[in-house]
This record gives sequence, C-alpha cells and structure tokens, in this order.
Amino acid sequence: MKNISHHIPDALMAAYVSGNLPHAYALVVATHISMCDTCRASHAAHASLGGVLLETGPERAVSTDLRGRVLDMLDAAPREQAPIRRAGIFPGPLMEAMNSTPPRWRPLGAGIRQSILHHENTSSVRLLYIPAGEAVPEHGHGGLELTLVLQGAFEDETGYFGVGDLEVADGDLDHQPVATGDVPCICLVATDEPLSFKRLLPRLLQPVFRI
Amino acid sequence: MLLEQIHSASTGKHDRATPVSSASLGEEIECDARSSVMDETICEATTLMLAVRDNRSKQAFASLFDHFAPRLKGFAIRSGVASGQAEDVVQDVMLAVWNKAHQFDPKRADVSGWIYQIARNRQIDLFRRSSRPVPEDLISEETETCDAEQIVGLEQEVSALRDALSRLKPSQRDLIEKAYLGELSHSEIRETTGIPLGTIKSRIRLGLERLRHDLRETTRR
Ligand SMILES: [Zn+2]
Repeated sequence: MKNISHHIPDALMAAYVSGNLPHAYALVVATHISMCDTCRASHAAHASLGGVLLETGPERAVSTDLRGRVLDMLDAAPREQAPIRRAGIFPGPLMEAMNSTPPRWRPLGAGIRQSILHHENTSSVRLLYIPAGEAVPEHGHGGLELTLVLQGAFEDETGYFGVGDLEVADGDLDHQPVATGDVPCICLVATDEPLSFKRLLPRLLQPVFRI
Repeated sequence: MLLEQIHSASTGKHDRATPVSSASLGEEIECDARSSVMDETICEATTLMLAVRDNRSKQAFASLFDHFAPRLKGFAIRSGVASGQAEDVVQDVMLAVWNKAHQFDPKRADVSGWIYQIARNRQIDLFRRSSRPVPEDLISEETETCDAEQIVGLEQEVSALRDALSRLKPSQRDLIEKAYLGELSHSEIRETTGIPLGTIKSRIRLGLERLRHDLRETTRR
C-alpha cells in the first residue's frame, strides 16, 4: 500500500454506504476504497453503523411462506459471477466501468486527453490524461468534484496528490492543478457537469498557441 | 451472545426462541480457533454466518432468515419501498447473503453491517436497474483463518456503537437513520452523525492488516 494521505471524508462515505451518491461519484469512491485500506476500514465502519440501525429498528412480520420460498431457491440460486479484477493502474470497479477495455482517449489539446466513462443529467465521470507539467483543464465546477490519482501526481493550491490520493473539491474551490513528476498524470474525475469540458477548450488551447 | 439476547436487547422481548442451538452448529464449523471460550464470546450471528459460509448450512441460514427478514422488511419500508414490494427486497437480499457468503470475513465486518451493505446495494440495483460500483473484494479462499480475539474485539466495537446510538436524542437518531436509509444527500450529511467511528475504524483496520499479512504469506508459499 502506498502512502495515501487524502481520503474519503465521513459525510461522503456515509452517502456512499447508504447508496445515495450519484453513480459517477460512487464509482470514484469504490475505486479509491479498492486502493486504500484506511478507507476500506472506514467503509466497513459506516456499514456497521447502518447494521446497528438495521438490528435495532422496528420489525415487520414477513408472510409465512416467504421463508420456505427462499430456502427452496438456495440450490437454484446462481453462484455470483466472478468479479472483474484490476488491470494495471485500473482497480476492479473502474475496469468494470470501462467494460474491461483500454480507455478510448479523445484529445483535448496540449497533449491532454479524456475518456468519458459515464454521464447522466446530474453527474459524469471521466479519465483524464495530463502530461507532466501541464495544467489540469480549468473547470469552474458548480458542485462537488472528486479527483482520484491513478498514475503520476498533481499539485494545486491545496497540496500534493499522488497515486491513490483523492481530492474532494466543492463549488467554492477555485484550483488550478498541475501534473507533476516523471510520468503523465492519469486521474479519474467525477463532476456534476452534465457532459462536456467544452467551455474550457479555449483555455486548453492556450498552451498550444504559446508554442 | 445469542441471537435471542440480541433480539431481546433491541426489542425487549424474550419470547422468541432461537431455533438452532450453538452446540448443534459447533460440529459443523471447521474453524480451528473455535473453542469452548469462543462459544461464549463470538456472537451467534457470526457463528451462524460462518456455518453458512464454510458448511453451506441451510439450518444456519434459516436462523439468520428468521432474525433478519423482519428487520430487512421494516428497513425497506422505512426507506420508501412499497409494502407490496418489500418482501421481494427481503427475498433478494437473503439470497444475496447466501450467494455472497464466501465474501464474509468476521475479522473486518459484523454480520449486521455486512447485511446492511448488501441490502442497500441490492435495493439500488433492483430499483435503478443499474449495478452500483462496489470496491474490489479482498477475500482469498486459502486465507480463511479464525482469529477469535479480533472477531470479538470487532463485535465489542459494534456494541459500543449500539450504546452510543441509544444514548442519542431522538431527533439526532432520526437524522442518522435518515442518512443510513439513503434519504440524505452528501451535502445534507454535514456533520456525519455525531457518532464517533474512530475506534471501530482502527479495529477493522487491524483485521485488514492481518488479512494482508495472510495474503502475503500465501503468495510467498
Ligand atoms: Zn482513503
């Protein structure tokens, strides 16, 4: 386990455990937990609290035939499908979101590429590939943004983020992350933007024109 | 602790008998560390779940069903499932408990917490018809070691959580319940819960470190 120093805050973990996180964010959280034992333990702790509520909450009697019906189904129940395993820098849940195929990168200019994995009206999640030294596309996000480093590192006003680190930015943070180190930075980013990074394209092209 | 006791502790009722005695299940469990001491200390839900996991015991499963089905139904209804569909959820969750039993590891999850997470995931999968991203599973079949001290330590942390929850004002408990039933968004869960989770996190972390150690030993062999 690497030294991961930026983790999933409790409120975010509680929302994940209870299933009330939009798909895009849930994917980033599940991927981080797959890389981080601190958050794997935190995840189980939140589930235990949910378990106490399940244990001590009011009961509702079930129909008399339900037990027999479920017992009869045990032998017929299919075994779980083999889970999708990690491949290279991509943990299992991310591989699943990528349909076990390599990312289909689309160039954004300045050597920066993206691969959109999932989008719906409230959230989207993508892979970003940023060559060392380049700035991560500026994206004045209106709401929650999660950035998980899979390879390389980036730095911004709030600190240094290496492999496994998760940056949680709310709408107030106006940050300008820059990829740092010897290898390109690859990260998984969930935002509440519906789909595109279009409005940051002009900004992205700036480095190109500067050459 | 017997399920009966868990039950009476949570509802104040003493009249429901536990259908399967610990003694009859004792023979079915292959765990070496299991001893007469463990009979008294490891809670029965864990013992039953291990019997399901290791021996595919339907008898043990039936006992878990009797304990959890009414709770799961109550939980589903409180989280907004129509009462006509609540038993479909119960059925689905209990079948998942049977099918995912190999993933249960008492060193880092208590039975209720483990079933809670399955229940939330299944409910989302059923109603949103999309599968929810879940973390990679760490279980490796060959590393199932029993570690009574760790298991009991975790169970004690869970009962400390239960005590902490029972000491809350009803309004606070209500808020926590809303959060874990999935009724509050991330931004609404400001101060998570007011329940300190630090000690249980470090206890589970210990269980994870032991599992990592076992996994390393296995790969070295
Ligand atoms: Zn973490």
